[in-house]
This record gives sequence, structure tokens and C-alpha cells, in this order.
Amino acid sequence: MDAHRKRKLVDSAMRGACTAAVLLAVVPLASLLAYVAAKGLGGLSWTVFTELPGPVGETGGGFGNAILGSLYLVGLACLAGIPVGVLAGVYLAEFGDNRFGRIVRFSADVMSGVPSIAVGIFVYTLVVLSMRRFSALAGGVALAILMLPTVTRTTEELVRLVPDSLREAGLALGVPKRRVILRVVLRTGAPGIATGIMLAVARAAGETAPLLFTAFNNRFWSASLDRPIGSLPVQIYTYAVSPYDDWHRQAQAAALVLVAMVFVLNVGARLLTRARGDSR
Amino acid sequence: MTERLETAERSERMRPRAREGSPRPAGTTPASVREKMRAEELRAWFGSTEAIRRISLALVERRVTAIIGPSGCGKSTFIRCLNRMHEVVPGARVEGKVLLDDVNIYERGTDPVKVRSRVGMVFQKPNPFPTMSIRDNVLAGLRLNGARVPHADEIVEKALTQAALFGEVKDILGRSGASLSGGQQQRLCIARALALEPEVLLMDEPCSALDPIATSRIEELIHVLGDRYTIAIVTHNMQQAARVSHYTAFFYMGELVEYAETDSLFTRPQNPKTEDYITGRFG
Repeated sequence: MDAHRKRKLVDSAMRGACTAAVLLAVVPLASLLAYVAAKGLGGLSWTVFTELPGPVGETGGGFGNAILGSLYLVGLACLAGIPVGVLAGVYLAEFGDNRFGRIVRFSADVMSGVPSIAVGIFVYTLVVLSMRRFSALAGGVALAILMLPTVTRTTEELVRLVPDSLREAGLALGVPKRRVILRVVLRTGAPGIATGIMLAVARAAGETAPLLFTAFNNRFWSASLDRPIGSLPVQIYTYAVSPYDDWHRQAQAAALVLVAMVFVLNVGARLLTRARGDSR
Repeated sequence: MTERLETAERSERMRPRAREGSPRPAGTTPASVREKMRAEELRAWFGSTEAIRRISLALVERRVTAIIGPSGCGKSTFIRCLNRMHEVVPGARVEGKVLLDDVNIYERGTDPVKVRSRVGMVFQKPNPFPTMSIRDNVLAGLRLNGARVPHADEIVEKALTQAALFGEVKDILGRSGASLSGGQQQRLCIARALALEPEVLLMDEPCSALDPIATSRIEELIHVLGDRYTIAIVTHNMQQAARVSHYTAFFYMGELVEYAETDSLFTRPQNPKTEDYITGRFG
């Protein structure tokens, strides 16, 4: 076989292998989404968004409280996790080439590998035991801790990607370093940082384990920090392991709502950062 | 250089040598010519590497001074010391004095941020802010400092006109600075520096990333700006130095070898090193 034909053959073989790998990765995702949609659509109605869970054993009712609770918990987690994570990431990228920086970076990497249930136990000890009750606050803290390493490390990576020439341009214009970081570096890295934050939010929104013994659950509307609060993942878990067919149906619907929420948040954040990036 | 230069010789090199046959003695400048900036015994390091070895050199007000020399001779480092940008690099250090209007910018308590707004800089690679429009790029030096900018339109027009860019961009001021061509981007960066009305403009190989046409436009611009600003330009290109500058300094291995009026340096170099370099025997 001549060299040319051999090269062509290897090329198409490798391309084929890459395509197969992509399919292998996409098929589970697509089938999961299709499954959730197929199973969940049937249970979906206006009442699931607006109503509280019905009494045990009765059909009907909804899980509006859990949807609101999830948004509330994720909001709390963002409030604590995003500022700390972004600032830590900026620190690591701009000032972190020292011993302390390496320790922080290593800790963040270790933290991102900690099982979420361990984070739950940690927050249980720290917040729940000292408050003597399950609370939305504890749930928010647990989710914030889970978000923190992802936000920190993606911010660091993206701040590092901003070319030094832009920092120098800012400094040479007589702009103090803090303003260069805020107005030039973070601004330039914003779309990527937002994507990292969304990944962290998506992960936090889907967590069940750390909420089981921090936010616990609540069958009623609640928006107070120091009370237990319902959330979609916990609701799904509770309904899915229950013996009632109607609850199974609602669990499927709740799963679909959760996936859709994460999806909307993701797309929204992307559009938002892209729109801002284009207004340049 | 193998032999160390004596301090006396150095201080003579500090001011540019006058053209031969001119009535004043070499080593002095006429009273009408004022020094805007002066480095005295300036030394600069990257870590333990000494990049600038006791350089003393004066920049004449409203004149263009070119700094030439082979790669790694310290010419970029030198001008970065003139607006305190050298110390931005981790591990970098400066010793000695740099006087701006007779005040040492390395004095304890001097804010480098203030120095940089008086001594502007244009870099080798055009670096407009990609997230900002052309207009916002010009205003960046003012806006990023949180200043409210009245008469913004006037400032933008004036700076872009001075940078010979206004005509080309006046209808697309809202577009991204990154959408311009390389040469236009570099003129935008010059406009951005000029908008702050600096007293001195430092240019670090401003044309080395540009094509010949863009280069000649920037050179014309430097020529015009030279009447109004004190300019120091670092360049690899000796023809460019000859074309745009009034004075030329030749650096070699972190030392100032020769400093003279440009004609004089290129036609009658006094130091054999300078002669070797400008005739292309090394570098």
C-alpha cells in the first residue's frame, strides 16, 4: 500500500473513532433527557407549580413549595458562594504564586472531590447542631460549600487566560491595579466565569444528599432562613421511594422541572454574558 | 562592553552630543532645549539579572529620542523604568533616580499610578481593550479611574484626530476596538494614551507588529507628535530611528554606549561599538 493511501486510511479510521466517542458521550445524555421528558410530561400540570403536596394517600396536589425552596436555597448558596469563590479565584490568579496560594489551590481541588454527603454532615455539625434545628440557612451553606471550589478554580483559570498585555495597558494608563482587575480583567473574563458559575449552580441545584440533614424538607410554603425548607431533589427522593403511584408520577414531573430549571438558568446566563460581550 | 565606563565619561553621555561643527561644545545642550526627564545612575534587575547598568540619560522636552540596540540590551526595560512599569513584573527591581521635571519619580511615597498618568506608554503589540468600543477605549484612562467625563465626545475626537485615526473610525465609534486592523489598533492605543494628555509618551517598538504601510503612518504620526510631546521610542529598526528621532541613544548589554543627535550618531559615531552596530556588523 502506498504512503498516501495509508495516510488517508488512518485519517478516516481516527475520525471514525472520534465520532464514535462523541456519540458514546451524547447518547446517555440524550436518552436521559428523553426519558425524563417522557416520564415527566405526563405528571405535569399547572397545579404542580402552584399547589402544596396533598395529604398522604390522596392524589393531586403539587410541589410549588419545593420549586420555590430550591430557588431559595440556590439563591442563598450563590449569595455566599459566588463572591467568595470569585474573589478567591482572582486572588489565586493575580497574587497566588506563593506558598499560601498553592495551599489554597490544593485545598480547593481536594474540596471539589469531597463527597457531597460529607459536606452535609459537616454543615449539620456546624450549623444545624448549633441552631438546634434544620434550616434553609444550613442548606444554603452546604450548597455554597459545594459551589465554592468550582467557582474558585474556573475563575482562576479564566483570569489567568486574560492576556498580561491588557493588564499592562490598564496600568500604563495610570489606573490602579484594583481597578484594572475589576474593570478590565474580570470584565474580559466574565463570559467564561459566568459559565463556570452556572456549572456550579447546576450542580448545587441537583444536590440531594447535603440537603437531607441540613434544609431537611417542608411540606408547606416557607421563606424563612431558620426553618426547614423543601427542595426539588429532596422532594423527588421522598416521592420516588414512597409506595404511592401518584407520588411516583409527581417525582417524575419534579425531575423534569428540575432539569428544565437548570437548563433555563444555563441558557439564560449564556445569553446574558454574550449580550454584554457584544455590546462592546 | 568589556571595560567598565568611568562615571565621568558616563555623565558626559547623559546629554546627547551636539552635531559637529555646531557652535556649542559637545556634551551640552543649548539653553533653549529643556530636559523633561532624566535618568541618573539607573539600574534595573529581573531577579538577579541586571538588565540596566547605571544608565544616565536625559530626554529633551518636545523632542523624539530613539533608543536602539540589539535584542536584550535593556532598551525596553529602560523605558519601562521611566513610568514605573518595570516593577510590575514579578521579581523586578529598580535603583537610581528618574527625574520628571526635576522630581524623582522613585522617591519614597510617590504613587506610581500618578506617574503613569503623566508618562504614557504604547506597547509593542497593539492592546486595545477587547470588551470596549473604540470610543470607550479612548476614554478608558479617564473612565477606568472612575472619573465622570464631561465633554467626552470632544476628548474622543481630539485624541483620535491627534492619532490620525479619526477620519477612519468616526462612523464606527461604537464598534469593538478589536475589530480594527493592526495598524489602526496601534493608533487607537496611541489615542488612548494621548487622551490623558500625558507630558511624556514612551513607545516600545510600536511598529514591530505592523506591516510597512501601517508602520509609515505611525512614523508620520510620531514625527508630528514630536513637536508637542516628549517622546522616547524604542526600536530595532535603525532606519526608523533615523527617520523619526531628533536624538538617538545606543544601548549595548544594559549600558548606554553613545547618545547624540540622530544625524551625528548615524553619520559620525564616536564609539566603535556604535559603528559596528549601525553598519550591521552585529545585532
